[in-house]
Amino acid sequence: MRRILLFVPLLIFIGLGYFLWRGLSIDPTELPSARLNQPFPQFQLASLTEPERMMTEADLKGRPALVNVWATWCPTCKEEHTFLNQLAQQGVTIYGINYKDEPLKAREWLKRYLDPYAEVVLDQEGSLGIDLGVYGAPETYVIDAQGVIRYRHVGAVDATVWKQLKQVMDQLAGGDA
Amino acid sequence: MRPWLHSFFLGSALLLAAATAQAAIEAYEFDDEATEERFQQLTEELRCPKCQNNNIADSNSPIASDLRREVYRMLNQGASDDEVVDFMVTRYGEFVLYRPRVSEMTWILWYGPFVLLGIGAVVVLLISRRRRRSDTADAKPGLDAAERERLNQLLEQDKKR
Repeated sequence: MRRILLFVPLLIFIGLGYFLWRGLSIDPTELPSARLNQPFPQFQLASLTEPERMMTEADLKGRPALVNVWATWCPTCKEEHTFLNQLAQQGVTIYGINYKDEPLKAREWLKRYLDPYAEVVLDQEGSLGIDLGVYGAPETYVIDAQGVIRYRHVGAVDATVWKQLKQVMDQLAGGDA
Repeated sequence: MRPWLHSFFLGSALLLAAATAQAAIEAYEFDDEATEERFQQLTEELRCPKCQNNNIADSNSPIASDLRREVYRMLNQGASDDEVVDFMVTRYGEFVLYRPRVSEMTWILWYGPFVLLGIGAVVVLLISRRRRRSDTADAKPGLDAAERERLNQLLEQDKKR
């Protein structure tokens, strides 16, 4: 009995060490999304391309799609823009949320760098951003046909990230069929 | 350096300092002091999601300023503190609370230290009790009759000298 007690500190050390070691590989800036598996928040905002037309969350339903939060002031958005264009060419539906931006600049940007978005919601005040829990652009969400949020990625979308997103989307497409 | 140039630089440095110090403070007007106090407390207890080691009261980031505005708007509409906190948690998760709520997930956080303290107290108690017992156990055997006899003899011899 005495002998076994002597090993207690070692066991505590191993346990602590394991958790600290795991902590090294966790990225603290990556937050779990509070909105996961919840319906897309309600909104009523103008379209970027046709400012007189109001859009709601119903406009995003119908099929699995990506929702990309972007702005012209965000350098990483520019980085991922080319890749988003490629995805759109492959037939992926991407909705854009133009987040806290100037509409004129945003329209100019889409003209210059091409427009991968099926629709762009104009969220000038960032109110939809707050409802979504956006804390920095770019962010990309996967929503299913019913408009439920299934995945969230913070940061640029590139080939590696897309693999992950595609997996989620394929699952959704499979589930719907 | 010429005196006027000196004061010019000093003046602009002061201005600059004032400008940066003010960056995080918007002029919010409150109906009464109680609301203002609640605003202060809430913004100090909510963590900025972007700049994780700041609360939203201290942070200069745009998202923190948006969230301050949101807290202000809600308080003015008569929302309770809990409602404001719920609003933030449904959007940004438990993460934004600098003072986490007591739930199954945070039990270890809230009660863990007391459990550890309790374990420590028990260990200290056990050790001290064991030591006391072994002390009294050591004292008991003492000298047997023969040894006592010999001790007395030695003492007697000492006295005679």
